[in-house]
Amino acid sequence: MGESLPRVHGGAQQHSDTLRRPVHTLRVKMVLLGSSGVGKSSLALRFSKDEFRSTSPTVGCAYLTQVVHLSNATLRFEIWDTAGQEKYHSVTPLYYRGAHVALLVYDITQRETFVRAQVWLKELEKQYIPGSTVIWLVGNKGDLAHDRQVPLEEGESLASNKGLYFIETSALSGEQVNELLQSVAHRVFECIGAQQGGLTEWQETPTVDLRHKDSFNLFASCCKVGP
Amino acid sequence: MKVSVDIRHSVQHGDGTKPDWDGIMETANHQEGEAAAVKIGDSPLESNQPADSLAASFSLLENHMFPDPVESNGSAAVSRIEPVNSQPPDVSAEHLGLDEKPPSDQVMKLDPEKTKTECQNDVSMQPADGTTEDDATDNDQSDSGEFVVTMLAKAKLEEQGIGVKGRSSPLLEAGTQESSSFTSHRDEDVTADSWRQHRKHVFVLSEAGKPIYSRYGSEEALSSTMGVMMALVSFVQSGDNIIRSVYSDEHTVVFLQKGPLVLVCVSSSRQSEQQLQGELLYVYYQIISMLTQASISRIFEHKKNYDLRRLLAGSEKILDGLLNLVDSDPSFLLSAVHCLPLASSLRDSLSQILQKAITPNLVFSILIAKNQLLTIVQEKTVIEDSRLEPADVHLLLNLIGASSAFQAGEIWTPICLPLFNPDCYFYAYISYLDPPECTVCLLLLSTDKEAFYSVAECKRKIEEAMMAQNSLSLIAKAGTYSVSQVGVSDLRHFMYKPFDVPDNYRQLTQFTSPEMEAPYSSEEEKMRLLDLYRYMHGRIHSTSRPLKLIYHVAERETLLAWVTSKFELYTCFSPLVTKACAITAITKLLRWIKKEEDRLFIRYPPKYSTTPNPSKSSRGGKSDQQDSTDNGFLSLL
Repeated sequence: MGESLPRVHGGAQQHSDTLRRPVHTLRVKMVLLGSSGVGKSSLALRFSKDEFRSTSPTVGCAYLTQVVHLSNATLRFEIWDTAGQEKYHSVTPLYYRGAHVALLVYDITQRETFVRAQVWLKELEKQYIPGSTVIWLVGNKGDLAHDRQVPLEEGESLASNKGLYFIETSALSGEQVNELLQSVAHRVFECIGAQQGGLTEWQETPTVDLRHKDSFNLFASCCKVGP
Repeated sequence: MKVSVDIRHSVQHGDGTKPDWDGIMETANHQEGEAAAVKIGDSPLESNQPADSLAASFSLLENHMFPDPVESNGSAAVSRIEPVNSQPPDVSAEHLGLDEKPPSDQVMKLDPEKTKTECQNDVSMQPADGTTEDDATDNDQSDSGEFVVTMLAKAKLEEQGIGVKGRSSPLLEAGTQESSSFTSHRDEDVTADSWRQHRKHVFVLSEAGKPIYSRYGSEEALSSTMGVMMALVSFVQSGDNIIRSVYSDEHTVVFLQKGPLVLVCVSSSRQSEQQLQGELLYVYYQIISMLTQASISRIFEHKKNYDLRRLLAGSEKILDGLLNLVDSDPSFLLSAVHCLPLASSLRDSLSQILQKAITPNLVFSILIAKNQLLTIVQEKTVIEDSRLEPADVHLLLNLIGASSAFQAGEIWTPICLPLFNPDCYFYAYISYLDPPECTVCLLLLSTDKEAFYSVAECKRKIEEAMMAQNSLSLIAKAGTYSVSQVGVSDLRHFMYKPFDVPDNYRQLTQFTSPEMEAPYSSEEEKMRLLDLYRYMHGRIHSTSRPLKLIYHVAERETLLAWVTSKFELYTCFSPLVTKACAITAITKLLRWIKKEEDRLFIRYPPKYSTTPNPSKSSRGGKSDQQDSTDNGFLSLL
């Protein structure tokens, strides 16, 4: 749980520089779920730009992308940062359907958000066949440990009971955020990427100007999960 | 039937069945008598008592909101009934107005002793003073509002044969759950003078008297004030009337009832009742745009005392932002959209780019720069159905301002356009085209909630085409214009709104206006000019005596407003301009606008056809997304 995995980032960098041989780029749909104000958008911003800004409540859902290079594959994370506000809950399934990775985020200084994360877990369990989605329990705001209401052990034990991965992060300081993304990348590649049709390949559409890194394949399904 | 109450003079009552109102409000002498009547708990019941209490409530509200200036008038009565104050706000919110009919008869049965006991448990900020209903003359205003609430709540309970017990407080619970996203003015002390001195307060409450939103101060701290507001609404309603406004020397209180919501504005801005009502309507529409009218009515049908703040949590900023815009942006006053002046060739090429980047069920493509419209392309069948209303565009612009699209890259969110269809959601794709500056924003609206990837693909096409044509740098050069370009000396500023003419029938209503330059460059001066415009607008659109042409010599400028069948025009000149000069200047101005209109306005909004199944996008069409998204709210109850 949350164990540190070998860093591959540096190696991957050379990879893209020297590249002439085709590299598989696989699409990974990742969704962030959790109560309002736990730091989902801040985590997403860390993932994609490694920045921290104080944010306003998310409107609907924000979509970001980030590419992670592994030794044998490149993963293109399509991050769906959902709004925690209750008014959007009825539309949230729209965003988490077909997700390969779900991050259940809670605020370690607000017990209620921890309870709420478990409600989200139940929601997810209703929808999914185990094994098709890698689920992480993420205790955020690690920098506010002095106001902690949810002990580390409690998060760990919930995760092990439910078969989730667990980590505590701080989007503010950036602590453990990159580690989280790296471990997610490894796990998702191991668990889902190995399956037949588990992850679809990402291709730029032929008309695309290669300077645009954010483009989508209109015809590729993003929602293909499991065999 | 409508009632208009004016505390300064007398009460104008539609059917004249409650003559006592006049007496109560007219003079201090009368008030003494009436107030005594209110005070005496076991006085015989009379048919006019609801009116008495109503009058008392008016002054209570006045007194609570703005005690000092109106002291000599309406509030004398208040200090008389003051001692029987203080009921915990939870009781009022819980029970007040659960019934459509206010418990008018029971009001007077209230036992002062009992009420006093309640005071011991008072959770409000004021210490419960132990005085009785004797001649207490202290001005304990902040609790005064609770008097009526107390009576109402108590009476309601007695009516039902239940005593006041249990201190369950849903409001306080809700309060502790509030997230840390509070902005500073939510923490304002609502008993402080600074709170009372805000120029314009806006409150939203449910028919059950539950607070939903307050522009300043936290809702739960204001629950008693909102209770009084609801009491006023219910009292008037019980006489088959609708309360519209209350006037005092300094303030105007305007009420708007929309479905299960009650919106109240307390303003010292001297705007007309119609204008304030229009602003409240914008607030209502903004709430609808987030939740839809259908789900709001269903929620309250299901549970009358539902705390709508649960669903609006996190959206306070959107409402705050809207109210700030309403105060500072004349688009709202004119109900028209401001577009960025742009060479018509550039605007056309942008429109063509949007026109080509389409996908099924896309209905509107909108390009925005510097918070002004660049161009808008609409689905053919949709505009045959109805046009996009300026108010809907204003709400969209406000949403963009409140969204985090500037950092996220792409936003996909359900949104309802209340004037287009108040019960249905569109799905809005919002993305900036020029990160990191983030001034040019693309907004694509689809009726298909699953369309994110195909709509995002449209954005990619648009981005590419704009890059090929170097559009972004051309847009960056465009901007507002200076009034000096008109070439009319003494003309300082103007706002020009053309009306629909046959060739642009069903077109979005637009207006044009130069930048506000010196002497209107400071925020205060800008506001002062806008206030003058609001005054002129109020006179032009007065319901009792509308005017077509106003020449108004103000202290530091001269204004001329003119409305014809073709346009509405507001102009501001330097102080010593004569009427004849102003008219000549306006002739020149109109000629200039005519010459420039291709640059100033979106002349022929282009269309596209994307909808294989027209009924899906049409106003009346019940699309599947309505059901799947709206119903979700019911599961929360």
